[in-house]
Amino acid sequence: MRRLTPVLLAAIALFSAACEKKSQPTTSAEAPGGQAAQPATGGKPPSSDTLLLGEVVSLTGAQATFGVSTRNGVDLALNEVNAAGGVKGKKLAVRVLDDQSKPEEAAQAATRLITQDKVLVILGDVASSNSLAMADKAQAAGIPMITPASTNPAVTEKGDFIFRVCFIDPFQGFVMAKFAREHLKVERAAILQDNKSAYSIGLTEVFSQKFKELGGTLLATESYSQGDTDFRAQLTSIKKLKPQAIYVPGYYNDVGIIARQARELGLTVPMMGADGWDSEKLFELAGNALDGSYFSNHYSPANPEPRVQKFIADYKAAYGSVPDALAALGYDAARVAIAAIEKSKDLSGPSIRDAIAQTKDFPGVAGTITLDEKRNAVKSAVILKVGNGTTEFVTTVHP
Amino acid sequence: MSQLIQHLINGIASGTIYALIALGYTMVYGVLKLINFAHGDVMMVGVYMGYATAFALGREARGSVGGVLLIFLVAMGGCALLGFLIERFAYRPLREKPRLTALITAIGISFTLSYGFQLDIGFLPGSAPRAFPQIIKPSQWFTLGDPEFPDVVLWNWQVISLMVAVALMMGLQYLVFRTRFGRAMRAVSFDHRVAALMGIPTDRVISVTFMIGSALAAGAGLLYAIKDTSVSPLMGLYVGLKAFVAAVIGGIGNVPGAMVGGLLLGLVEEFVVGYAASTWRDAVAFGFLILVLLVRPGGLFGRVAAEKV
Repeated sequence: MRRLTPVLLAAIALFSAACEKKSQPTTSAEAPGGQAAQPATGGKPPSSDTLLLGEVVSLTGAQATFGVSTRNGVDLALNEVNAAGGVKGKKLAVRVLDDQSKPEEAAQAATRLITQDKVLVILGDVASSNSLAMADKAQAAGIPMITPASTNPAVTEKGDFIFRVCFIDPFQGFVMAKFAREHLKVERAAILQDNKSAYSIGLTEVFSQKFKELGGTLLATESYSQGDTDFRAQLTSIKKLKPQAIYVPGYYNDVGIIARQARELGLTVPMMGADGWDSEKLFELAGNALDGSYFSNHYSPANPEPRVQKFIADYKAAYGSVPDALAALGYDAARVAIAAIEKSKDLSGPSIRDAIAQTKDFPGVAGTITLDEKRNAVKSAVILKVGNGTTEFVTTVHP
Repeated sequence: MSQLIQHLINGIASGTIYALIALGYTMVYGVLKLINFAHGDVMMVGVYMGYATAFALGREARGSVGGVLLIFLVAMGGCALLGFLIERFAYRPLREKPRLTALITAIGISFTLSYGFQLDIGFLPGSAPRAFPQIIKPSQWFTLGDPEFPDVVLWNWQVISLMVAVALMMGLQYLVFRTRFGRAMRAVSFDHRVAALMGIPTDRVISVTFMIGSALAAGAGLLYAIKDTSVSPLMGLYVGLKAFVAAVIGGIGNVPGAMVGGLLLGLVEEFVVGYAASTWRDAVAFGFLILVLLVRPGGLFGRVAAEKV
């Protein structure tokens, strides 16, 4: 055993380093969930007649559907603009890198886009922890970055080159706390947060503060770590306190299993969540365990506005599924970036940055986008109710 | 009190699964003195085989006794074959080489499986986590307290899991200590060169050991998937590492040790998550390992053998 010990230690160290993998430019990969393969527009070298955008999203790993939806939305926007003749007489292309749902990979990918590919703008990512890692790199290099869906406030606080086209968590947490107190009449709530994610921790803080302000009682805040698959211990502790609802501001891949195990332990109260729930996969993972639960989101496919309906029709034609909020936000982020490139004088980072900062009343498919002085979008949220493997629109909450 | 009972039930449920996987590590180490780091990934492949079989059967056949048996048989048989192939083509050529070479190869196989399964080509599932179908329809076997809002729930799948795990372990115990093959296995484990001189077909014994260990891993993987409902290509790395820790706690190479180590680890983790925080889970699991090794360097049941120089 004595001679084996160092070997074992080395092996365990190697094992822990198992997750080191170089990110590669994505070619057309079949999207998880069995959608038809879509040719990604990435992988082309920048030439004088194309304008190259960069995109870092999670195409593999725990939040894979976020990345795939975002990429589809971005591709749709680019294809539309290219079909209409491009920008400044040039065609647009995007180089897509996969960060495998990991912050350290996201930082690496952003560096690569900036130094090797010399992209004009970076789009991405969805998970706030990943966007935070990328924002440092983009800010340091003076390349504007637009995150389509990262809602944690710290992301745009990284510097004046970082923007977002979605609302921020303080608003999202506030919306759900208000809805729980006024609409669902919840007196006693518990929280189950993902303490590995900046997104989840931020939402927990805001929700608990607002919920207490509005006269509710917060029984407990339990936590799990992203990637856990057994939540029975935390749920057992929560169950003992007899809450009327549980706030689970996590990502769909964990939430689906949490819901299933909660129902199994006899915890049948509704769950409440946020936009991290929004994925086709949620219903596959949760079965019917989330029926009667609610979550806040950026957009509802039920919105009758013509531009939203046109987007849904186009997306369906291209990808064969109803776009989720991430697809809508990816589309919006790309449109805002393209409009800024159109307006910028010399295509330098600062000039594009200035053009993005002036975005006002931009007609996005996930709401009208006006960027405030903190580079965040001010827009309304919707509350959706889960039932029978789909969501129904409940109400819109304005800021 | 009721919370304690619930945690005990949950801890035993996950502990038996660790124990089953730990058995594979321990058996292979026993006959080859090799830590087969691909073991967890073989388990993952078994889970996906079960997943594919469940879908091939369709919704109606899944919940039936025959359907569940078939799923287990396909996964365990398929993994036995995979274990055989890995041993035959990756480890056997290296048998007389330094031990480190085989260990690095094992890690290579592990990565090949876990990252290969993240590809989206042909039969490979791709990297997104998937929900394992409910092959055992959940129903409450036993509840304590208010039936509407029970304090303690014992589920049918927990009972079935426990029974399957215990049956597999008893079968293994019988095989190792009560059959001719078991005697050959113990002989090879004692000294494979001398065993070969005595007319024991060591190659065949080692092959079969790998097959049994891999089949047990597949069975354990299916129980794990029934319990936690989420399967992904990287699950083998994590669960495998935990089971390896369980095997070392019990004393690597020792069959009852693997069982006790697995149960202990499952219970320790459950209580840490239930009464402290889930972030401490892995730290406490590995801390527990270090503590056990400090007190008993060979593990709980292991004997410290002097290195033959």
